[in-house]
Amino acid sequence: MLGLSRKDTSFLLIVIFLTLATPLLLQPFPEDSALAQFNAGYPDLMQRFAIFGIFAIGFNILFGLTGYLSFGHAAFLGVGSYSAVWMFKLLTMNVIPALILAVIVSGLFALLIGYVSLRRSGIYFSILTLAFAQMMFALAYSVLTPITGGETGLQLSLNDPRILGVSQTPEGNIPVPHLFGLEMRDSVQWAVGGWEFTFNAGYYFCAVIAILVFYLSMRIFRSPFGMMLRAVKTNQTRMNYTGLNPRPYTLAAFVISGMYAGLAGGLMAAMDPLAGAERMQWTASGEVVLMTILGGAGTLMGPVLGAGFIKYFENIFSKINDNVLHAWFAFLPDGLEDVVVAIIHPFVGKGWHLTLGILFMLVVIFLPGGLVEGYRRLTRAFRRTPRPDPRRDPEHHPGPVPHVGE
Amino acid sequence: MASMADMGGGAAIGRRLINVGIGLAVFVGVWMLLRLIGVSSSGIVLQVLNGLEKGSAYALIALGLTLIFGTLGVVNFAHGALFMLGAFVAVTFNGLVGLSYEEVDPTRTDFLGNPAVIQTPYVEAWFGEAAGQWMIDWSVPLSILIAVPFMALVGLVMERGLIKYFYKRPHADQILVTFGLAIVLQEIVKAIYGANPIPTPAPDAFQGSFDFGVWLGFDANTILYPYWRLVYFLFAAVIIAGVFAFLRYTTFGMVVRAGMADRETVGLLGINIDRRFTIMFAIAAVVAGLAGVMYAPILSPNYHMGMDFLVLSFVVVVVGGMGSLAGAVAAGLILGILQSFASMTEVLELVPGINQIIIYLVAIIILLTRPRGLMGRKGVMEE
Repeated sequence: MLGLSRKDTSFLLIVIFLTLATPLLLQPFPEDSALAQFNAGYPDLMQRFAIFGIFAIGFNILFGLTGYLSFGHAAFLGVGSYSAVWMFKLLTMNVIPALILAVIVSGLFALLIGYVSLRRSGIYFSILTLAFAQMMFALAYSVLTPITGGETGLQLSLNDPRILGVSQTPEGNIPVPHLFGLEMRDSVQWAVGGWEFTFNAGYYFCAVIAILVFYLSMRIFRSPFGMMLRAVKTNQTRMNYTGLNPRPYTLAAFVISGMYAGLAGGLMAAMDPLAGAERMQWTASGEVVLMTILGGAGTLMGPVLGAGFIKYFENIFSKINDNVLHAWFAFLPDGLEDVVVAIIHPFVGKGWHLTLGILFMLVVIFLPGGLVEGYRRLTRAFRRTPRPDPRRDPEHHPGPVPHVGE
Repeated sequence: MASMADMGGGAAIGRRLINVGIGLAVFVGVWMLLRLIGVSSSGIVLQVLNGLEKGSAYALIALGLTLIFGTLGVVNFAHGALFMLGAFVAVTFNGLVGLSYEEVDPTRTDFLGNPAVIQTPYVEAWFGEAAGQWMIDWSVPLSILIAVPFMALVGLVMERGLIKYFYKRPHADQILVTFGLAIVLQEIVKAIYGANPIPTPAPDAFQGSFDFGVWLGFDANTILYPYWRLVYFLFAAVIIAGVFAFLRYTTFGMVVRAGMADRETVGLLGINIDRRFTIMFAIAAVVAGLAGVMYAPILSPNYHMGMDFLVLSFVVVVVGGMGSLAGAVAAGLILGILQSFASMTEVLELVPGINQIIIYLVAIIILLTRPRGLMGRKGVMEE
């Protein structure tokens, strides 16, 4: 179906199901239970899952397939956000033109930066992309303030022209982003027993786009073009000797992943119509690298998992404070309770970065393939009859042939 | 593997002279350009001096980074965190010598009429008033004595405990695990010291400014330069010279250089090269730590100062050429000076915002015209 093998089709269907059922799946605990704070089914967070998922999927097309480690991808995210907000200011609050402009503009930027940066490889490429992104960040903060809003960020105002829309609503408010009238912040609440589920229009819009771009990345992974990108990673010299020029392929991958980042930035602006320069800082670029590696670079699902994992931790772990901890460990004797809380305290709440850093180190040390690799190891351990590892199959992957004349 | 041919070897001397000539020509060109847009000569000298101070911090961090890369072949993203740890050694020592106990002095009263509470630092009670006050005043330079063993220990533990297992892993893995370590270190510091910068003063003797103007023949008060920055620059120069001399003139350094050129052969000669590289890692950690200790009075230490410096130091290392020690030092100083040139009002009027981007702009230009940085060698970090 849709040009995918049967296995991929079922995989895609599972992903579609999981994405659409997210508001239910992430709300496993009743509202009044002690575990309710582990629920992640509120619109704001779910939108972020989808948006950063898109960002990481795009980054993975470049890093996972070609091995080029860009440290400046957040720049495209920022450009996407700015273009989308400008579209909201000038044309209409409908999100479609904003997203289209975000993708086009970030694609142009990616073409320019990629064309220059891809003249170098290895760490030199990383530093070049980092340098471009930091330059854009610094300029957005200082000189380009008329375009970017500088430190306050780019915001909508009541005086914006909005040629195809209205400058302000009849009540005198700034109009909100919508999809042909469907407002992004519209939500439907559904209470069943102790549970409460929120179905948000913005989330479903992001989710549908995320599924589309996931499908696109699946096709890229399975296409001859994807094969070329893998060849770039495996052995560029050999690719050259075969008479293939790796540059256009790598540049295409760079532009595609830049457009994914721009789309994610545009969606961010569509969910909350403002854009700030801090979205372009190198820490933001580092975050998407972390997401991709944590989940598993070069795998289809890995980056999405990594993005969800980090965003979940960022939002849930940071909310656990001492009161919550005391409530949890209230069953312990008083002295022991204080000790336990004191031990856990540095790792939660404001210290969640510490937990993230430790987890991240553990993953890199013990699970170089990321969460996906961990899942594979688990299933392998629980399967009774181990299936032969396809990589060790001599039919398909013959060992290295000795070089003649060496 | 990176080699250190840029530290010696006769064949390259001619080419190096040409490079030095190009560098001088560029410098003179920039000078004339600045004069042309109306900057006074004393203003230029002042900016050169300002640039040297920041540049020497970049150079010290970049030196350690490139030393680790040249010996162990590891890209250490936690190096900025080592710089930060050094600064916090100074903060801690400053706090420790300032610890005092309280005594109620019944013979005197404070302004409310209550018996006065006299605070006496412990060090004054132990070593006498004069020596105690001197220790408090000189706490930052004195903390070097603690920073050296502490940073060496941190370096050894880091190398044996973590980095050792990453020799053979891809560079991306090394970057990621040390990045994780940097996050952990900075979060620990944040948990202990809080998120606010902690002012750490330099000794009173260095509080004022040195009037370079008179000294160099310009008008008085045109080139005022804080003493501590001068101290920092000289300190950095001593450390850099020390590292170079250590590598150049000791047997240990000779073996390390040989190991950088060809690790396997040195190992085959029966030398335990791993142990020496571990010691070099500790030395790199000490250099970063000392750079941090002495930087504490210039920039009040906060937990994220390491990350701020790390990104720029990486740019410096790459511009200098991965694995080249001299390149790292030269690039650090050059980029520091260019940055302070770009922050001059005359330049900013001409090209707004240039001070924010100059380092990255130069990095891009150099990487595109000289593929391996100023003094880099072929085949390093290009896989």
